[in-house]
Formats: sequence, C-alpha cells, structure tokens
Amino acid sequence: MSSTFPTKISIRKLDFFYGSTQALREVTFDVPEHRITAVIGPSGCGKSTLIKTINRIAEMGGNVRVEGDVRLDDRSIFASDVDVVDLRRRVGMVFQRPNPFPKSIYDNVVFGPRLHGVTRRSRLDDIAENALKRAALWKEVKDRVQHNALELSGGQQQRLCIARALAVDPEVVLMDEPCSALDPSATARIEETILELKSAYTIVIVTHNMQQAARVSDRTAFLLDGRVIEYDETEKLFTNPSVRTTEDYITGRFG
Amino acid sequence: MTTAWRNRKDRLASIVVRAIAFSTVGIVLAILASLLLEGRHVLSWEFLTQPPSDGMTEGGIFPAMFGTVCVTMLMILMALPLGVLAAIYLVEYAGRGRLARLIRAGVNNLAGIPSIVFGLFGLGFFVLFVGRGLDRLAGNELVFGQPAMLWAAATLAVLVLPVIIVATAEALTAVPRSHREAAFALGATRWQVVQRVVLPQAWSGILTGAILGVSRGAGETAPILFTGCAFYLPRLPVAHLTVPLIGVSIPMVNPLDQFMELSYHVFVMATQSADTTKTRPIQYGTAFVLVALTFALNLTAILLRTRLSRRVVRS
Repeated sequence: MSSTFPTKISIRKLDFFYGSTQALREVTFDVPEHRITAVIGPSGCGKSTLIKTINRIAEMGGNVRVEGDVRLDDRSIFASDVDVVDLRRRVGMVFQRPNPFPKSIYDNVVFGPRLHGVTRRSRLDDIAENALKRAALWKEVKDRVQHNALELSGGQQQRLCIARALAVDPEVVLMDEPCSALDPSATARIEETILELKSAYTIVIVTHNMQQAARVSDRTAFLLDGRVIEYDETEKLFTNPSVRTTEDYITGRFG
Repeated sequence: MTTAWRNRKDRLASIVVRAIAFSTVGIVLAILASLLLEGRHVLSWEFLTQPPSDGMTEGGIFPAMFGTVCVTMLMILMALPLGVLAAIYLVEYAGRGRLARLIRAGVNNLAGIPSIVFGLFGLGFFVLFVGRGLDRLAGNELVFGQPAMLWAAATLAVLVLPVIIVATAEALTAVPRSHREAAFALGATRWQVVQRVVLPQAWSGILTGAILGVSRGAGETAPILFTGCAFYLPRLPVAHLTVPLIGVSIPMVNPLDQFMELSYHVFVMATQSADTTKTRPIQYGTAFVLVALTFALNLTAILLRTRLSRRVVRS
C-alpha cells in the first residue's frame, strides 16, 4: 500500500518533554497521503501531544522540549527557515471540543482566509460556501450564515470548525478526538464527512473510540505511554494484531 | 451541644452578617444624606452654572466641575491605552517567567502607593523634569515647565494605571484558551490572535477597568495638588484656536492651562476660605456634585458596557 500512497508526513524518533515528564518516546511512523490515519490509545498516552506536535501547537505551552524530527513532504517542520504560520496554513486542526468564535457562522469560516489577506467579498463568499459544503453544513445554514455560530448544535458547531479549518485550503487535517463531546448521531455525521474528505486531504485522527478508528481509518497507530506499540493497516491491527499488548487493549482488557 | 443551641447560633450568625452587609449600604446613604442636608441650600441651577464670586463665599462651582470633567477625561485617554497595552503584554506575551513576575509585582506595588507620593512624583517628574526639559529643548520661556492640566492628568494616569492593568488582565485571561488555540491553528500570528480573537471578547471587561479607573481618579486631590489645579481662576482653561484660511475661532480645552477641581475646591473652601463657616454649605454642595458627577461618569461607562456586550453576543 505504501507504494500507491506516498508518504505525506514522516515522524522519526520523536521525543516530547513537558518539563521533566516525557510524553512521547521515540515515536516513528509514516502517514500516507490521502488516507485516514488513526491514533488510538488510553487517555494520557500522548496521542494529543503527538498530533499537536505536527502543527507545532504543542510547543507553545512553554517549558517543553522536542527531539527527533517530523517531515512534511520530506522537509523538516522544525527547520529554521520554516514559517510556523505557513506550516499551520498547510496543516489544519479540529479540536476536541467544538470551539467556534463568538462571531457569525460566516465570520468563523472566513477567519483563516482573512488572516492570510483575502479581502474581496465575492472571493470570501465562494470560500465560505465551498468550505461549508465540504463540511456538509451548507444545506443547514445557507440561509443564516450571518447568525451567531453559538446558536448551532454541538455537532453543527464541530462541522463548522471543520469548515473553518478547510477554508484555508490545507493539505493535512489533524483531528483531536473530534467527536468526544458529541452524541452518537452527530458523531455518525462527522464520520461521514471525514470519509468524504479523504480524497482531497491527508487526515490524522486521534480517538479513544476504537470502533471509530475501525470505521473510518485506513491505518492505525496504537500508542501506549508515549510509545508506538503497533502501527499497521487498520483491518489487520483490529483483526490480527501482531503485538500482545495491542490485542489486550482492543479487546478491552485495559485502558 | 444541643440542636436548639446550634440553631440559635445559626440564626444569630445570619442576623450579624446581614446587619453588617446592610450597614455598608447604610453608610453610603448616610454620606449622601449628610451632603444633601448640609448643602441643599446652595444646590441650584446658578450653583452649577456660575463661577464663584465675592471672594469665593458666594456663587457657583462651574469652573471646578468643568476642570474635573476635563482632567478626568484627559487622564483616562492617557491611562487606558497604556494600561491595555501593558496588560496585553502581561497576559499574551510575557508568560510566567521571572520578568513577568517582576512586572506583576511592580503593578501591585504601584497600586499600594499613597496618592500624595504621586503628587510629589508628578511635580518632580512631569512638571520639572519633562516640562522644563521640553522648554529647554524648545528654547522658550516657561510653557510646559509649570503646573498644568496635562501634567495633573498624567499624574492621575499613573495613579489609575494599576487599576486598569489588573482589570484588563482579568478580562483578557477570561477569553477561553480554546479560542486562542483555534486561531493559532489557522495560522494567526500572536498579534492577530490579540486583535481578532482576544480583544473583541474582552472589551466589556476592559471598560469595567476604565470605570474603576475613573472612579479612582476623579475624586483624587493629592496627585493634582502640585501638578495643575488652581485655588481660583477667573477664566476657564480654554484657548481659542483660529483655523487658518477660514478664520473661524474654535474654543478648545487648553491642557497647558491650570484648572479648578471639585475635590480641591472643597479642600480650599474648608481650610483657606476667608470665612469657613459661611462657606460650609458650599463645601457640602460641592462634595455632593463631585459624588454625583463621578456616579454619572460611571453610569455612562456601565451603559456603554452593557450595550457593547449585548452586541458581541448577538453579532
């Protein structure tokens, strides 16, 4: 499979320290382009830290240290000539809890493009419509894009956050447990949306919900105590894991 | 201990705390009542619109009201931008390092300095150092280097700065981290996050800081004592600016002039007047006007704040 889908992100021997606590230990794996890669593991295993390292949000906490490398299209994201702003435009993110700004739906979606200098109204309108369509929210909100985003339901808010991330036209979308605050039907709709996005984006999704990983992802990495225990095709990992610990975790013996 | 005894103690406690809480309201009412009672004979339209007359034993207090409003507005115009920028630095940029702790300690200590110290500082720094320095630079006679509304406002601004910084910092901290994260993840720079995410949500809290600053600064006497307020001025601190070409002259507040001020006026009436018994009603009337004016300034800011926060929620 790696031949048909070239590597988009390669993570090499990544260590991450919060002060003296080590959150990631020698994490190494490749994320294929235009696929969905899931990262699973019990709470506190470092999966959030891992994806927040990919857009360099994790380093903002202060008193942190990163070692090893993350390469995007074979260029290190830590290289001194990399502009973090540019990196984050290419690598979008959807967070655990829906976090729309207390502004209108429209202003939320075009927030990113405006940051990057798009000012023409017609252009912004196009971007907004497009992003909302791709996030499967357009039909529900097209008549009230000027309403406050906080009037939307939790699931709609999260799809708005997906639209907001897509509006800057990223290549990679990181999702940090995007459904953990949502009910099952809203979760199902988000999962559908994620699957539709696969053809255009490379997606990395962190989840503690193993069924979700099995439903949406192509490849899965199992993380425990900051270490990658196993990384394989999702189907293989869930039906025939090669490591005993993985089997224990997916069969619910711990975690 | 019996239940009856415990219940009795509980009832007693609730009576005591309630009485103490109400007594603070009572004190405020008592102050207002005494001011009104003692000053009611002088309170009139003329009192509010006329200058003092007959060696300041008769007439009104209009120049002092005018001066108080002007110096307070000038003060907040100086203190608000400085305070807000300082708070932005503290909350958004400084982090939790040693430097940030040092600045926080500085702000807190500034808040604890007695106001007469600010008065002396204002005279030494603003009037003599900055003002005389400007005069020397410009090579003119005394223009800046003497007590003036500008320096009084600057001194008051330093006094209210900690109030504004603390309130603004609180307002900025109240903006959810998740909103900042979302903006950063979309490629915002730190300043863009401040401008487009944090400040729009913090305005009503910042206005609260401005309200507290106005309340703190408006009634202060000591800081302006040596820096700009006058015992008595026959005219308002107003200069006429002539617009070239059209030749129209526009009256403008002249910040380089001295001014009369309400709290200082009370002090003057009570200690320096030719007849302090005769002017007693004027003292109380002036004090009442000062309290009412401060209250009116606060009310304006409060109305502005509710308006603003309602707009933020709706938009």
